[in-house]
Amino acid sequence: MTAIAVEGLERAFGEVLAVRGVDLEVDAGEIYGFLGPNGAGKTTTVRMLTTLLLPTGGRATVAGHDVVAEARAVRASIGVALQDAALDPLMTGRELIRLQATLQGLPGAEGRRRADDLLERVGLTEAADRRVGGYSGGMKRRLDLAAALVHEPRVLFLDEPTTGLDPVSRKTIWEEVRSLNDEGTTVFLTTQYLEEADQLADNVGIIDRGRIVAEGTPDSLKAEIGNPHIQLQLADESIDAAERICAELGRLLPPTDGRTILVEVENGAADIPRVVRALDEAGIGIESLELVRPSLDDVFVATTGHHLEGESAKPPATAETVEA
Amino acid sequence: MTSVATNLRVIQALGMRSIRQTFRRPQLMAPILVFPTLLLAVQTGGAGGAVHLHGFPPVQGFLQFMLAGAMMQSLMLAGNSGGIAFAVDIEMGFTDRLFAAPVARYTIVLGRLAGVAALGFLSTLWFLAIGLIFGAEIHSGVAGALIAILLVTATATAVGGIGAAIALRTGSASVVQGLFPLVLVVLFLSSAFFPVDLMIQPAKAIAEYNPFSFIVEGVRTPIIADVDLTDLLEALLAIAGIVVLGLVLSARALRHRLRVG
Repeated sequence: MTAIAVEGLERAFGEVLAVRGVDLEVDAGEIYGFLGPNGAGKTTTVRMLTTLLLPTGGRATVAGHDVVAEARAVRASIGVALQDAALDPLMTGRELIRLQATLQGLPGAEGRRRADDLLERVGLTEAADRRVGGYSGGMKRRLDLAAALVHEPRVLFLDEPTTGLDPVSRKTIWEEVRSLNDEGTTVFLTTQYLEEADQLADNVGIIDRGRIVAEGTPDSLKAEIGNPHIQLQLADESIDAAERICAELGRLLPPTDGRTILVEVENGAADIPRVVRALDEAGIGIESLELVRPSLDDVFVATTGHHLEGESAKPPATAETVEA
Repeated sequence: MTSVATNLRVIQALGMRSIRQTFRRPQLMAPILVFPTLLLAVQTGGAGGAVHLHGFPPVQGFLQFMLAGAMMQSLMLAGNSGGIAFAVDIEMGFTDRLFAAPVARYTIVLGRLAGVAALGFLSTLWFLAIGLIFGAEIHSGVAGALIAILLVTATATAVGGIGAAIALRTGSASVVQGLFPLVLVVLFLSSAFFPVDLMIQPAKAIAEYNPFSFIVEGVRTPIIADVDLTDLLEALLAIAGIVVLGLVLSARALRHRLRVG
C-alpha cells in the first residue's frame, strides 16, 4: 500500500524553480530517506507534502489524500516535525504537547493522558513543566518529535531531525525513529547526513537542484556504483609484487601512494582471507587493511558530480579497518 | 466532537497561549499597561488645567476625560503587540506547527485575536480601576463601565486583526514593531487625548473623520455623561468597519502566506 505518491511535483518561486518535477513513491510502513544538500529542494518538497505550501505543478497524495484538494484530511493523517524544532521558548513542554493535542482534536482528558505518555516516552517527564527555552538541542528535538506523535499519525514527516545535534542525541532520535517505524508508522525523513540515510532508510531518494537524481535501497544504490575494495597498506616496499598478486584476485584501482594498494573484489569481506593468504605466501607484510564499501556519498558524487556538503571531509562510515 | 466545537477549543487554547505569552514576555506587556498608565499620569498631572478651556466638554476632571484615551492607547498597543507576537511565531516557524494541524486555518488567526481581546478586556478593567481609585467617577455607573469594556474589547480584537494581517503578510516582527509610531499618530489625530473641537486644522479635520474618534467618544460618553445611543452606534459601526478591514486583510494575507510559504 502506498503512503506517499508524488508525480511531477513542482514549485516555482518567481523565476526560480525550486522543485523540478519530483516523482517518488513511499510504501506504507517504510522509512524513506530524502537526501540532499542545503538548497536542493528537500524542505520545499516536504512543505508541499505537508500542505504548508501549494505546489505550482504536478500532484501528490499522502495517506491516500490529495495534498491540495484534501489538505485537511492529509493534515489529520500526518505528524510533522519541521527543521529547527519550531518551539515556543516561553511554553513548557507539557503545555506544548497539550496544545498540539487540542490542535489534533483530542478531547481534554485524552490529550492530557497522551501528553504524559509521550513526555515519558521521550524522557522529558522531569523537564515537562520547565520552559522550552531552557531545553538543550536534543531535548527540543525529542519534544518536537513527541508533539508530532500526539495523534498517532500514519505518516510522519521529519525534516532534518538531527541537524546540529551531538552524536548521542542523534542516536537517541534514530532509536526513536526505528521504534516508531517498528510500530507501523511510515517515516519520510529528510537529511543531509549520509550516515543517517544509510542507517535508517529502507529506500533513499537523492535530490539535487530540485530533481531526484537517484532512488532505491541504500545497498542497491551503492551496488550500482561498484563492488567494495580492499585498501592495503604494505609493511615494506614490495609493492610491484603485491600488485601482481592482487591483480589476479580482483581489479586494481589507481593507487593513492607508493605503499597502498586498492583492489576491487566481488565478495567484499569474504575475499579478505584470500588476499591476505596470497600476500603472506609471497612473504609480503601487511601493515593495515581496510574493506571500503561504496558509500552514499560515492552514489551522490556519481549522480551529481559533487560531494554532499560537509560530507566529503568525513572518513567513509563503512570502512572496516584491520590493523596487522 | 463536532468540527465547530473543535475549532472553538483551538481558539480558546491559542487565546490562552497568547495571554500567557504576553505575561511571560515583559516587553509585550509593558506597552499595554505600563506606557499608557504613565502617559495618563503625566498628562493628567501636567495638562489638567485644559478642562477649563472654552469648548472643553463638561467633565468631573481631566482624569475622567483621559480614561477613554488611555484605554484606546492600551488596546492599540495590545493589537500591535499581538501582531508582533504573531510575526515572531511566523519567524520561528511556530505557525507552521499550527498550519500543519487539521483545523480551519482561520482559527489560528482567531486564536490570536481571542488573546488580544482578553488583554483589551483586562486593560479596560485596569484603567477603570485606576480611574475609580484616583477619584474619577463613571457617570453612567455600571452600564457605562460595561459599555466601555464591550467597546474596548471589541476594538482590541479589530485592531488585532489588522496587526495579524500585517504579521501574516510580512512575516517580520520588526516590520510590525515599526508600526508603533503610526499607532501614536493615529491616536493623536483622534479625540483620544484632546477634544476635537479644540484642535486646529488640519488635525481637526482628520480627527473628525478618524474612526478611532468615534470609538473614543463611544467609550468616553458613558464615563463623563449619560449613555448616548448615537455615540454608541457610531462607535459600533466604526469597530465593525475596522473588523471587516482586518478580516479581509487577514484572509488575503493568509492565502498569500500559503502561496509563498
